[in-house]
Amino acid sequence: MTVLVIAEHDRGEVPIATFEALTAARTLAASMDDTVEVVALGDESAQIAPDLALHGAEVVHTIMSPVLSDYGPEAYAEAVVALVNAISPSAVVASGTSRGNEVLAGVAARLDVAFAANVVAAEKSAGGFSVTRQQWGGSLLEDVDLDARVAVLSFAHHSIEPTEAPAAGTVSTFNVDLPDELARTVIKDRTVTSAGVTLATAPVVVSGGRGMGNAEAFAMLEELAELLGGRVGCSRAVTNNGWRNHSDQVGQTGTRIAPEVYLACGISGATQHWVGAMGSKNVIAINTDAEANLVTKAGHAVIADLHEIVPAIIEEVKKRQG
Amino acid sequence: MMRVLVCVKRVPAPGSRINITDDEQDVDTAHLGFTTSPHEECALEEAVQIVEREGGEVVVLTVGPAEAEEQLRYAASVGGTSFVLVPTDGTALDPQRTASIITQAVNESESEGGQFDLILFGNESADSAGFQVGVRVAHALGRPMVNGIKGIEVGESTFTAQRAIDGGLEVYEVPRPAVLGILEGINLPRYPTMKGRLASRKAVIGEAPIDSDAGGLRRVRLHRPEETVSQTIMLPTEAAAAATAVVDLLEELGVMGGES
Ligand SMILES: Cc1cc2nc3c(=O)[nH]c(=O)nc-3n(C[C@H](O)[C@H](O)[C@H](O)COP(=O)(O)OP(=O)(O)OC[C@H]3O[C@@H](n4cnc5c(N)ncnc54)[C@H](O)[C@@H]3O)c2cc1C
Ligand SMILES: Nc1ncnc2c1ncn2[C@@H]1O[C@H](COP(=O)(O)O)[C@@H](O)[C@H]1O
Repeated sequence: MTVLVIAEHDRGEVPIATFEALTAARTLAASMDDTVEVVALGDESAQIAPDLALHGAEVVHTIMSPVLSDYGPEAYAEAVVALVNAISPSAVVASGTSRGNEVLAGVAARLDVAFAANVVAAEKSAGGFSVTRQQWGGSLLEDVDLDARVAVLSFAHHSIEPTEAPAAGTVSTFNVDLPDELARTVIKDRTVTSAGVTLATAPVVVSGGRGMGNAEAFAMLEELAELLGGRVGCSRAVTNNGWRNHSDQVGQTGTRIAPEVYLACGISGATQHWVGAMGSKNVIAINTDAEANLVTKAGHAVIADLHEIVPAIIEEVKKRQG
Repeated sequence: MMRVLVCVKRVPAPGSRINITDDEQDVDTAHLGFTTSPHEECALEEAVQIVEREGGEVVVLTVGPAEAEEQLRYAASVGGTSFVLVPTDGTALDPQRTASIITQAVNESESEGGQFDLILFGNESADSAGFQVGVRVAHALGRPMVNGIKGIEVGESTFTAQRAIDGGLEVYEVPRPAVLGILEGINLPRYPTMKGRLASRKAVIGEAPIDSDAGGLRRVRLHRPEETVSQTIMLPTEAAAAATAVVDLLEELGVMGGES
């Protein structure tokens, strides 16, 4: 049988997440003696086939339709379901991105089967599949028995290292008539809000929490971030107080970051904050409380008042930058 | 006039560590408070703001233990107008079952009070993070659904919804009635006022006993991911010495370039 992977692409651009999903799908398929096939949707689908082949796609099913002109959760789900009904795979998988989870939820709803989101391990069991998935943004794991005629799974983004495994990548066109009504959830327009380095991709994040005391105190974090070519982050206590915009929030319901250095000032390190920051390579905490969770998690810590330490750091950076 | 439904879930609010019960079936809530997900708080705030502008009502629905009344009363204190609790025995329900219960509750409420122009969910629940209940409900109702929404404009016959992506926004235009999944950051939820607290005390919580069959996911156990225990190196606490040590470290890690 087949493990069917849904390829994500934004107007022909394939994200790393899809190669992560393909890599995980190969492992799952190998354990069941299945083959890996991919479904790619929209006008650019044939053009991305070689990349998908390089990462292990034996077959790339392409589906073209006027309602697949751009991403749309309902059109995507409907198209995938038509293919699933035609080729009866043992599993349908994608990466646990916002699009991946949204499309798979739509696929599972239409097939009336279970869907396990953000899976970190999956294997065939006697009654179906044994699956381990993330809860609480990854602070907790849940082992579940998945009982379904087809396993619908998303693989947690960033939990697998994508690797190449060249395969045939035979392109196969799948024809299906999708109702025009599905255009109702297709992207109509796009706007760019920030070009360049974003919080998610910044090499340095200088973050403040409730310990900052007020909105004005963030001026010094802005200055330090600027000197280091980084971005300012914050905790939810800060956004809740209206000191910073939510787009700066790091955590479970904010942004997940993975900088070289995370400098956390006056942040206690609740689990919901930490899951957003734990991808950081080096963590430095400035906190008056040596017992704070973030201090325990950090590689380095300064146990002192941030209002004294941060200005001194700025001084020193300026001095050395000349 | 708009009739808006918001679906919220009662979840524990753990601090620096999530503990698990001895039978590994649940989060140990012995010393924890409860809350709703920030995504759902924002969904509620958005519904209240829409109804403040357009007129209408905000119905708040939860499927949960009797104690989930606390989350509905909180909703009353920040502008919700009517409240439905679908009681459970407190054990976690799988997402298919939850979706089916909510769909039935929507049908019942609509047959009495008229169609919901808009149904709001959180992007995902805070605890189980199934990423699916809203999508399933929308599909069962035959309505359009987009998740991850950070902006809503109400039109004559449509909603223009903005979805956040890294560095930008996607714009969707969905016909009414519609279902949307909300992300935190779409607004800044208000705090309860004195008047709100009074409203919360007076709020009548309607109960709708509904059940449905279990779906295809069955919890075996909860556990914590392996933690990498790191030894924290304590740097000097005096300002100048601390600054020297921190900047030495920044140099060592090669992030002193300053090019952005
Ligand atoms: C479902 C859910 C989702 C959530 N999502 C997020 C999320 O995405 N991101 C997030 O951040 N939170 C999130 N939270 C909130 C989280 O639980 C915490 O409430 C929040 O992270 C606390 O922020 P804080 O560390 O700034 O504040 P506090 O916990 O109050 O910590 C303040 C810290 O500052 C220190 N301090 C005080 N004064 C000074 C000083 N002068 N110098 C140095 N240190 C000082 C204190 O010792 C303390 O450690 C979520 C909560 C829930 C329930
Ligand atoms: N028990 C529940 N009661 C009411 N709404 C719920 C419940 N569970 C989930 N939801 C809603 O569905 C959304 C998605 O949940 P999930 O699929 O679990 O991630 C949540 O953000 C809530 O808005």
